[in-house]
Amino acid sequence: MTKQKSNQADDNQESLIDVVRLTKKFEDITAVDEISFSLNRGDIFGFLGPNGAGKTTTINMLTGLSRPDSGTIKAAGLDCTKNPKAAQHLIGVVPDESNLYPELSGFDNLCFCASLYGIRKKERCERAGELLQVFGLKESANRKFSGYSKGMKRKLTIAAGIIHRPPILFLDEPTTGIDVASARQIRQLIANLNSNGTTIFLTTHYIEEAERLCNRIAFIVNGRINRIDTVENLMRRTQGQQMVQFAFQTATNKACEYIIAKFPNLRCKTVSEGICVESPQPIRVGPLVRLLEDNGIEVAEAKKIFPTLEDVFVEITGIEARMMKQEKEKMKMGGNA
Amino acid sequence: MKTWIAFWNILLKDICSYYLKPPNISWGLLFPLVWITMFFIRSGMGMDKLPDLLPGLVALSILFGTTSVLSVTVTFEKKGRSFERLLLAPISLEILMLAKTSGAILFGTINALVPIFVAMFLTDLSAINWYVLVPAIVLIAVSSTFLGLFIAVSVKEVFEAQTFSNFFRFPMIFLCGLFFPITSLPIFLRPLSYALPLTYGTDILRGSMTGSNVMPFALDFLVLSGFCAVLFYISLRNINKKWIT
Repeated sequence: MTKQKSNQADDNQESLIDVVRLTKKFEDITAVDEISFSLNRGDIFGFLGPNGAGKTTTINMLTGLSRPDSGTIKAAGLDCTKNPKAAQHLIGVVPDESNLYPELSGFDNLCFCASLYGIRKKERCERAGELLQVFGLKESANRKFSGYSKGMKRKLTIAAGIIHRPPILFLDEPTTGIDVASARQIRQLIANLNSNGTTIFLTTHYIEEAERLCNRIAFIVNGRINRIDTVENLMRRTQGQQMVQFAFQTATNKACEYIIAKFPNLRCKTVSEGICVESPQPIRVGPLVRLLEDNGIEVAEAKKIFPTLEDVFVEITGIEARMMKQEKEKMKMGGNA
Repeated sequence: MKTWIAFWNILLKDICSYYLKPPNISWGLLFPLVWITMFFIRSGMGMDKLPDLLPGLVALSILFGTTSVLSVTVTFEKKGRSFERLLLAPISLEILMLAKTSGAILFGTINALVPIFVAMFLTDLSAINWYVLVPAIVLIAVSSTFLGLFIAVSVKEVFEAQTFSNFFRFPMIFLCGLFFPITSLPIFLRPLSYALPLTYGTDILRGSMTGSNVMPFALDFLVLSGFCAVLFYISLRNINKKWIT
């Protein structure tokens, strides 16, 4: 999947969306603060950030649901800043919560969405049938949308977003709050859509999802973009970095203190499993285990781990990725309840 | 052509999903019928006086038929975010809102014809000027629908839509000359009557059914059209301001 996405983007550098110094304020809060980026044809562009970072506000401005206070948006050369309707025929939008009609069946929802783009009856029926098949919802085509499971709702919402074959698709947290199997299926569908030529703008707080799917990523925190780069370039920051993770028999918060005091050239951070020790040089595990055990900390496991995009994210933004994920999940659960 | 496909399908979906549902029929038809029957029995009038009550009944049927559903459904769709899907469609806001309101206009018009049809069997309606009555019914339906839209855009919650609708509807029953002439109202209330669109609609209905209109038809039609334009304009401006923030 990763190779496929890279090839797509490398072959074409034609810019489909250009955003320059886009700003949005809500009273005295600056939700999006002078962000600039381009979305190239064939990209899966990941927009990563914690809750309230400005991801959805950005999508709303790009899709015409919200007006920027300043800055410009161009989609396929059309200026959408003053006329948000100008490029709406070119884009598909999958919001963070399903926004289809609960009283309509899956099939009718798709047909209705197609009609909004002026697609004639015969064509929209065929397209709806085809998408229901692709998304594995053929059996539930005539069931009311209100009776669908969360995963099915999400899949149908994605299908509705691409019913008019848009060249650009905006996906806002497509796998949040759904089961693992459905999330996997959706990731595969996103990759397939991209390999069939759809350019994708994806917001997510699942860093591993962005790492797996995206070829370019922007980190957004407090409305500002901290870094935009290809996944390869971002990962290059961690090349040669050695990491060893220690797990303990009993929980302790003193381990890093002992290690840093004795080995000041090492970096140490607490993680949910125990601690993680980092160094640009190879790490010798023996002295560390002895040091910890001499101080009464019984080591259960020590293993070498490889740096991920999550480590890059934490390094660049200073935000603990796991906390970001848990916070979002909690919010979703609360919202659904 | 593409815009009209969207327009037609929005209208069709709304008719199937909302206007042909039992709650709408009960609010749009039963409520005015029950209200007028109660009034009719209480006043002790004979069947020959039915044409005098018919303009009020028709106006009431249109008012409740149009506003009861539109204000609630638009608020409901906004709250459930399905309205966003319409805002994301490549059609102008004007066409979109005309499509959303056409179902209510159609339903209000049909609603108005029901009491007239029933009255045909009970009394002599040969004096009716249909050339004035039919356009008047349509225009009242348009103005009441746009009032419903104005209400929908002004509120956030579904229950607020109902409450706010009644805030307009119930005073209009008494202030717009539906059952007794405006001239019999206390003098301080009369300016309020002339500030309500239904006053002009009821005047046309009364004139076309019994020939007892107070103002010239041309003025009534002009003012009612003005109300339609202003209500639609304010609603669109509010959508632009509040919903596309």
